[in-house]
Amino acid sequence: MKKKTNTGFSRRRFLKTLGIGSAVALVPGGAVAAQERVPKPSDGELATLLDLSKCIGCGECVSACRESNAGKFPEPEKPFPPMLPSRRAKPEDWSNKRDVEDRLTPYNWLTLQTAEVEYNGEEYEIHIPRRCMHCQNPPCANMCPFGAANKQRNGLTIISDSLCLGGAKCRTVCPWHIPQRQSGVGLYLDLMPRLAGNGVMYKCDRCYQLLDKGELPACISACPEDVQTIGPRHEIVTKAKALAREMNGFIYGLEENGGTNTIYVSPVPFELLDRSVEKGKGKPHLKKVKDVMADETNLAAAALVAPIAGVTAGLLGLGAKLLKNDSGDTGGDHES
Amino acid sequence: MKARPYPRWVSRVFIFATTMLAFTGLLQMPLAKRYYLTELPGMAWTGDFFLVHKLHYMLAALLLFITALVVIHWVIDWHDSLRLTTLGRVRAGVLAGVVISGGLRVYRNMPDITLDPMVIVTIEWVHMTLATTLGVLALIALVRKSSAYAVRK
Repeated sequence: MKKKTNTGFSRRRFLKTLGIGSAVALVPGGAVAAQERVPKPSDGELATLLDLSKCIGCGECVSACRESNAGKFPEPEKPFPPMLPSRRAKPEDWSNKRDVEDRLTPYNWLTLQTAEVEYNGEEYEIHIPRRCMHCQNPPCANMCPFGAANKQRNGLTIISDSLCLGGAKCRTVCPWHIPQRQSGVGLYLDLMPRLAGNGVMYKCDRCYQLLDKGELPACISACPEDVQTIGPRHEIVTKAKALAREMNGFIYGLEENGGTNTIYVSPVPFELLDRSVEKGKGKPHLKKVKDVMADETNLAAAALVAPIAGVTAGLLGLGAKLLKNDSGDTGGDHES
Repeated sequence: MKARPYPRWVSRVFIFATTMLAFTGLLQMPLAKRYYLTELPGMAWTGDFFLVHKLHYMLAALLLFITALVVIHWVIDWHDSLRLTTLGRVRAGVLAGVVISGGLRVYRNMPDITLDPMVIVTIEWVHMTLATTLGVLALIALVRKSSAYAVRK
């Protein structure tokens, strides 16, 4: 949103100032309009569209996220079990810093970034709600060795807090390093806490408990500016492209990592936003991201062709030549 | 079982593929960095999850090729002259399970494929359990000096 217009009160802020915010809280901002946008289970893969020209950075989404997901937050057992080797396996503890909002943590699954940029001779202050992108082919889920992270049919990816061992591989392979670890909680405590695991990984699960009830995720329903829209992915993609055309803007998330279910539309290029926002641990970038699973997708074809090649070679007689005994017949005690 | 009824290279490729698959499979867990494996000379690659994952795929393709070649040759030729040992039969069955669960794992990783989470967890744990079982059976066979899956009739 243009800086000069960014000081306006939202409807919710205005009402809160008048002291009737609590009454508004009973009817979440945009609820009437939003109810028409509540997706159904039959909608298949869902995506969200974030119109960054609307976001005023009020933080209502951050608060709503924390409130909606408070019951899922970790309550670690302390002291943490000692881990080996101690120089490498260090506990991560956010339980005493639950109020931190300026980055992603196990207790803060949505954070706001702010970029101050100049584009085409105009000053912009853009606020960007950041959370899990819910990739279409999520590496966090594909590469979790225990099946703890899984993409659901409605397009969101959930990490099971009862199965996750907290190895943080998902954070490493996530192009945005979104999941955050809390030690002292989860299955690893019941297995070999000294030797393997280190807690549970946490991230946005797009309020699946609300979606399951036919309600909107908290960050969407709480937004006083209707920044976010959720719906079937094909519809959201169409809307995002139309919105980008309308504002002569730019899209992020459509192609990133082969496609995500979080699509941002901004009036300024994302390269500029990426340069401006504070980045680091728990503060994701906005760079272009190639499909990190693309090589695996290609290699899957090789894995499919390999046995066919083996059978073909065998049928064509090549196998007979290859497998003709080298008649040495010596040893042979250890062949498999 | 003194006489090898099939060429040495088949055994060597099979042993190489399964051993490296076991190693790269183990490295799917985040162990390499924690346990300083990446610090060993020439082993830094073990900490690259994507590289290890791709190697696992490539080795799986090699295993599938050699297994398919042997199976088809068994069907068209060897079944007359060779017979599977008991341990060979068991290991062949376990290997089939590893291959099928691994294939489902690859399928799950394809874009546009979304399986039920319980199915995915089942695939993961079946794959890990069977791969471990195959390793244990290979050790038992080695100790009993009956590593060959098949012997002459």
